[in-house]
Amino acid sequence: MNFSEVFKLSSLLCKFSPDGKYLASCVQYRLVVRDVNTLQILQLYTCLDQIQHIEWSADSLFILCAMYKRGLVQVWSLEQPEWHCKIDEGSAGLVASCWSPDGRHILNTTEFHLRITVWSLCTKSISYIKYPKACLQGITFTRNGRYMALAERRDCKDYVSIFVCSDWQLLRHFDTDTQDLTGIEWAPNGCVLAVWDTCLEYKILLYSLDGRLLSAYSAYEWSLGIKSVAWSPSSQFLAVGSYDGKVRILNHVTWKMITEFGHPATINNPKTVVYKEAQKSPQLGLGCLSFPPPGAGAGPLPSSESKYEIASVPVSLQTLKPVTDRANPKIGIGMLAFSPDSYFLATRNGDFAVLSLCWHLSGDSMALLSKDHVCLCFLETEAAVSTACRQLGGRT
Amino acid sequence: MGDWMTVTDRGLSSESKTISQYTSEIKMSPSSLYSQQVLCSSIPLSKNVHSFFSAFCTEDNIEQSVSYLDQELTTFGFPSLYEESKGKETKRELNIVAVLNCMNELLVLQRKNLLAQENVETQNLKLGSDMDHLQSCYSKLKEQLETSRREMIGLQERDRQLQCKNRNLHQLLKNEKDEVQKLQNIIASRATQYNHDMKRKEREYNKLKERLHQLVMNKKDKKIAMDILNYVGRADGKRGSWRTGKTEARNEDEMYKILLNDYEYRQKQILMENAELKKVLQQMKKEMISLLSPQKKKPRERVDDSTGTVISDVEEDAGELSRESMWDLSCETVREQLTNSIRKQWRILKSHVEKLDNQVSKVHLEGFNDEDVISRQDHEQETEKLELEIQQCKEMIKTQQQLLQQLATACDDDTTSLLRDCYLLEEKERLKEEWSLFKEQKKNFERERRSFTEAAIRLGLERKAFEEERASWLKQQFLNMTTFDHQNSENVKLFSAFSGSSDWDNLTVHSRQPQKKPHSVSNGSPVCMSKLTKSLPASPSTSDFCQTRSCISEHSSINVLNITPEEIKPNQVGGECTNQKWSVASRPGSQEGCYSGCSLTYTNSHVEKDDLP
Repeated sequence: MNFSEVFKLSSLLCKFSPDGKYLASCVQYRLVVRDVNTLQILQLYTCLDQIQHIEWSADSLFILCAMYKRGLVQVWSLEQPEWHCKIDEGSAGLVASCWSPDGRHILNTTEFHLRITVWSLCTKSISYIKYPKACLQGITFTRNGRYMALAERRDCKDYVSIFVCSDWQLLRHFDTDTQDLTGIEWAPNGCVLAVWDTCLEYKILLYSLDGRLLSAYSAYEWSLGIKSVAWSPSSQFLAVGSYDGKVRILNHVTWKMITEFGHPATINNPKTVVYKEAQKSPQLGLGCLSFPPPGAGAGPLPSSESKYEIASVPVSLQTLKPVTDRANPKIGIGMLAFSPDSYFLATRNGDFAVLSLCWHLSGDSMALLSKDHVCLCFLETEAAVSTACRQLGGRT
Repeated sequence: MGDWMTVTDRGLSSESKTISQYTSEIKMSPSSLYSQQVLCSSIPLSKNVHSFFSAFCTEDNIEQSVSYLDQELTTFGFPSLYEESKGKETKRELNIVAVLNCMNELLVLQRKNLLAQENVETQNLKLGSDMDHLQSCYSKLKEQLETSRREMIGLQERDRQLQCKNRNLHQLLKNEKDEVQKLQNIIASRATQYNHDMKRKEREYNKLKERLHQLVMNKKDKKIAMDILNYVGRADGKRGSWRTGKTEARNEDEMYKILLNDYEYRQKQILMENAELKKVLQQMKKEMISLLSPQKKKPRERVDDSTGTVISDVEEDAGELSRESMWDLSCETVREQLTNSIRKQWRILKSHVEKLDNQVSKVHLEGFNDEDVISRQDHEQETEKLELEIQQCKEMIKTQQQLLQQLATACDDDTTSLLRDCYLLEEKERLKEEWSLFKEQKKNFERERRSFTEAAIRLGLERKAFEEERASWLKQQFLNMTTFDHQNSENVKLFSAFSGSSDWDNLTVHSRQPQKKPHSVSNGSPVCMSKLTKSLPASPSTSDFCQTRSCISEHSSINVLNITPEEIKPNQVGGECTNQKWSVASRPGSQEGCYSGCSLTYTNSHVEKDDLP
């Protein structure tokens, strides 16, 4: 595995373009666009303030840089480097900024979530959307980019509005039976919207595109509820990770639970393969990965730093008992990721030091990222052999 | 004195016995032993007191007894019985006073001793009774101890159980407490979350307030604007359109279209899955039926009911199968039928498998007790036996085939004759009989023939005469009529040639000539006799052949009316006669049936000759 030289980055702002040709990264108030293959700097843009958020447009032609402190959004074009666009929210402030799927509208969430301003790069029109909900995932777009679902809250009640992205027409507006909506997400087929409640109540609601309630699911009461939700790419499954350390999979036909996966502290099942990082240095390892299908195979030794070995069952996972008398405890399933072929589901339970995990598009490998480690896992699907190799990367 | 003595003595003896008893049980103190000894020793008073008294001192040994007594008394500490002697050598005189005193002393001592004895005895009695009492007390106490021990054990047991219960209850209590604690923790965590959220909201609210305040205060505000170099074209290149009712309707339509497409797609998937599953189910059902239907042929006693149901089910299901395959729709009834039939079949299969399992287990456990169950060894034996039988049968068949072949092929004269003899004895007998019959008939026919020939000769002669007459008449006529016909004369000649001769050779010659006028002879034409079966082959090879011969002979005996002279060559049967026709064919050496028929017809000219192939 080869590594390039280290580039400077601030605030972890580094994004590949959707067409995979460019890599945008931020250094303080500069935006650097590189070519993916050569890593040569293609463009260099300077913003007015420290950039807090960058986002590529869907057609990879524009990049927006949001500076929340100044309430500014600057948009840069790759085709025409001299083209510039600056959106100033002024006194309204800026909390979040994102592109619309057509790449020509920018949705700015003003401070305190007072409103969402839809700025059009094509026309002079500005649209306002009032009462957006201040939650983790309040805006979601369908994969085909036609519809946008927005969580709203008026008079202490939650609502969901569905807009047509082409002309920002309000298609549907309905209220949801939630106490305090935390997140909404479209299914990949764009026909079902998952709406889940605050972590104080385990409730996930499923709405059809036209606003009808299809089903509601609640696994248990009283304990802390849903922490993370993920759709399978085929829209057949909905994975719900909760604070009790279990992932429950719902099926798209009946919207009932078909299976649940637990994350026990000790792994006893001889069918699961546990990769354990050989403790060379006393730093916290990436923990253990267990795949539901049985796998076999030893990990090769690519670098001299560390290696993974298959631990024999039973294995007890080292867990620090997290502090439970604070808000947002580090327990429960924090991360869910389906493989692109919907065969596998990767989950992170508790406070394992995995910061992000993502699958390769082909579905046979997965990358895990911790604070200062990168782990690549390969899956040989014929014999279901998985190998894991780990590399020590510098601070990025 | 004596009575008293004896009483005391008895009492003493009895007491001594009891005392001895008690000594065995209770250890007595040495003092008591000593007292016993004293008592025993103080029973010098035997029953015969007087004799004892007299035994000690007689009139002879007074001095000695006195001295002895004196010694004894002095040793006991009594004063001496003798007077104080003045001189050593003089005989001492008995001091009566001393004696009396000594006696008194002794009596007193005796009384004391008796008293003491009584006391001791009473004490002994007391002690004995005390001992009894103590004994009984002891046993009672022992019993009490036992019972109390048992009680204690029982109580301990109860105590243990109660402790167990207690522990369980404690455990339950602990669990409940844990549960309560957990719930409290949950509540606490929720409370912290609430609080956190509340605080956050409050902070936001405060910020809002401040900002609002700022806004209100700050009149000069930055303009909310977008500064853009030039507007970018739309992504799809088209122009933007106004938002009208039409666009709204269009959006609605699109939305519904998307939804419908999705639903249709999913329904298609589900239908495909359904169809596949149905196919699988039907296949399963068919296979199950085929698995279970061999049961019909081997009905077992035990599984009578089940086979009955199997048969009925199989028939039902066969019907259902055809129905289902015909329709292949997803209507409710068909679905239900399919599931029900599959469930039925599965139940039957399951019960069958269970029965088999039971039987197998029984065989393993019980051995060969069951009649229905055929153990493996028996089964093997049976199969071996059957195989042997099969072998034997095969061999038999082979031998029989060989024999048949031998019969079919040509063999030696000896064997054939032997064979002929052994196979055809009956036939031969019959044949002989028939031959005799035949010969008789032949004779009869000969006779008849002769008579006929004679008759024919006579007839010929008569005819001749008649002809001559006729000729003369005709001559006369002719002479009268003066016309002549040559042909008539020829015919007459011919006719006469034919009719006249009884020579068959000529006949044959003439028969070959084409005749212009078939002339049927109506009046007793000579008939041919077929020479049939005269030439029995010297060596018939098959029974069939002989049979054909026999049947031919039969036929001939029935059919032949006339017998022809021996004209025909052997193995060549043919009838040559103006008047008859027959065809007889027999094929020697072949197993094809004989073709025989003698039909005699009165025809004039048609002669056939059958050449045998």
